[in-house]
Amino acid sequence: MLHKPFAMAALLVASCGAQAASDADLAAIRSQINEMKKSYEQRIAALEEKLSQAEGKATRAEATAGKAEVVANEASLKVRQPQTSAAAFNPEISLILSGSYTNLKQNPSERRLQGFVPANGELMPEGRSFNLGESELIIAANIDPLFRGTLRLALAPDNTLGVEEASIQTLGLGQGFNLKAGRFLSGVGYLNEQHPHQWDFSDAPLSYQAFFGNALGMDGVQARWLAPTPLFLEFGAETARAMSFPATDESKDKNGLMSATAFVHVGDDVGVSHSWRGGISYFATQPKDRSYDDPLNGLSNSFSGSSRTWIADLLWKWAPNGNAGYRNLKLQGEYFHRTESGDLVYDTANTAQQGSYSNSQSGFYAQAVYQFMPDWRIGYRYDRLSSGSANIGLVSNGTLSAADFPLLANYSPSRNTLMVDWSPSEYSRLRLQFAQDKTRPEATDNQLWLQYVMSLGAHGAHKF
Amino acid sequence: MNNKLVQCSLFLLSMLSLPACAALNIFATVPEWGALAREIGGDQVRVYNATTAFQDPHRIEAKPSLLAQARQANLVLAVGADLEVGWLPLVLRDSGNATIQPGRPGYFEAAAFVSRLEVPGVIDRGHGDVHAAGNPHIHLDPRNILKVGEALSVRMAELDAANAAVYQAGFKVFAGKWQAALSRWEKESAPLRGVSVLVHHASFVYLNHWLGMKEVGSLEPKPGVEPSSGHLTALLARQQTTPARLVLRTAYQQDGPSLWMAGKAGIPAVLLPYTVGGTPEAKDLFGLFDDTLQRLLKALR
Repeated sequence: MLHKPFAMAALLVASCGAQAASDADLAAIRSQINEMKKSYEQRIAALEEKLSQAEGKATRAEATAGKAEVVANEASLKVRQPQTSAAAFNPEISLILSGSYTNLKQNPSERRLQGFVPANGELMPEGRSFNLGESELIIAANIDPLFRGTLRLALAPDNTLGVEEASIQTLGLGQGFNLKAGRFLSGVGYLNEQHPHQWDFSDAPLSYQAFFGNALGMDGVQARWLAPTPLFLEFGAETARAMSFPATDESKDKNGLMSATAFVHVGDDVGVSHSWRGGISYFATQPKDRSYDDPLNGLSNSFSGSSRTWIADLLWKWAPNGNAGYRNLKLQGEYFHRTESGDLVYDTANTAQQGSYSNSQSGFYAQAVYQFMPDWRIGYRYDRLSSGSANIGLVSNGTLSAADFPLLANYSPSRNTLMVDWSPSEYSRLRLQFAQDKTRPEATDNQLWLQYVMSLGAHGAHKF
Repeated sequence: MNNKLVQCSLFLLSMLSLPACAALNIFATVPEWGALAREIGGDQVRVYNATTAFQDPHRIEAKPSLLAQARQANLVLAVGADLEVGWLPLVLRDSGNATIQPGRPGYFEAAAFVSRLEVPGVIDRGHGDVHAAGNPHIHLDPRNILKVGEALSVRMAELDAANAAVYQAGFKVFAGKWQAALSRWEKESAPLRGVSVLVHHASFVYLNHWLGMKEVGSLEPKPGVEPSSGHLTALLARQQTTPARLVLRTAYQQDGPSLWMAGKAGIPAVLLPYTVGGTPEAKDLFGLFDDTLQRLLKALR
């Protein structure tokens, strides 16, 4: 309590002193302040210099860190290489998983392509409700500097294993030549070489179903030659044991060449936004005792003779500036024409009457697939087949009537298909498809598909 | 002179194919390496660029025209680091051209001659379209151009020994000009040091590394996955804590996402040429970097 009055007195004295201060004192104070200012300025300048030095050090440290990062990257690459060198010889392995849910108006077991002999391929959709698709396992690698090998296994939902492809091909043979041997998909047409997971729709076009049983597979050899021209011009030929309809080479009881193909492909760009490819293909085979069951009268008939198929295909792709990532359009169509002539045996199990047979059949599909925004596509496909009127010797000479061959009665199966699919990455795809199927006269089938197709592991480049 | 003309026309007549009597027929997968080959080889080379600056180099198809060109090439200039994995292996195989197969002198991978950034520790497609060998967009660090150019000139000399001196001299002239440009660019780009940027795709890792810019986010949630509104909103929220001053995209990327981000965040969206031909100014490699810096500096002002 004593402090307070004392402090007040001191304050009073001080204020009195200030009032009494002269001009000389003021000048002294000013000079003191100026000195203080000067010394502070010097200290600030010194601090600033220190700061800038520190900053310089920091940027240098950053640069060193950047260099260190590069060195570390290089080092890690060097370290990693020996670790993976043994594994690096492992082949590229990829796996395709697919499955679907289908909703069908008609019984799938009653489905047939009226006017066409069954081609033994899987007639999709296989069944109603949930269906596991084929799981494809693909293993491929360069064997040595001269050869490359590919194996493609299809694991069917019924737990069977199929060798879809097991082939070797030459690497850099030179002069535009490429040779392939083993089991492979024939180079005829456009879609034939593509695996089911690359299809733009959930099932194969009717033409492929009717003429090749989804795809023409070969056990044999293929030679291709790319001409040294600015225009893409490729010639190919194959001779093989054809693995599927319309050949019957599976009996393995004939030496020499049984089935053969020849094809030519041309293609080019039109400006920077358009590319196209077209082709003409020919397939000839000599089926022997090729039997089929007529689902409409339950009898088995068989055909021996010659079978020749012509295919014309055209593919046109558009993308603004050739940048397909955002928007692109793909137009595609193929025309098939097959002539068969030879002998037909009626009811092989009982009467086995034999007569001549000839027929000329055709079919085509045309489709458009448009990617309207990243990851999303819509597509439409039209299919039409023309069964032709078969010239059956046993019918024209009056032995039998046309009603004895109900499956061969003239008809033009057709189908409209719409799809929309979503691919969040190039490895996954979900697809919704609706098809109105008029492949037999008595019923129209409405087919709804919801399908997934996914690929994992190394996934090689796709053909154009 | 006359003799050469006769030889040329005979060659043309016999092949009906090579459009020019160039010594080296070069197939470049991307425009930047095509431009570099032209700088080194001059009139001695015929360069075909498989893609343009307006095409996403990750998404090219093995078109028939590419096969036809690869069939006749003496030298394939690729980026490597898996950038062309979706189409080039098929083009090389189906071309039936022995000289350009990987492992042969006619196959050149630029990424093999530089140190790559962003080499992933974990290789899993769950992380998007990652490249196991590191980020492949190496050409946007101009120091890499010099490294690749040196290796390329040696390779060109090896393939075409008759013109070896031409390629060595061509590279020397180019390297001299490039060094001068490099010091100019490094001086000009001083204001860019430390600038934080957003990018559409990880296309500018090497550019940022060279210029000292900081990449604080990518509009693609994962490499190769299209920008989603959810991811963009999250990025925008991050502007509060780690603000970016520019949004960068290439000429081949859609402008929507970067314009949206620029509008919301109040920062400029910058289109960079990315490669030769990406903008009218980026006519060659010099123009590419001149224009890139001009556009960045202008956006900062």
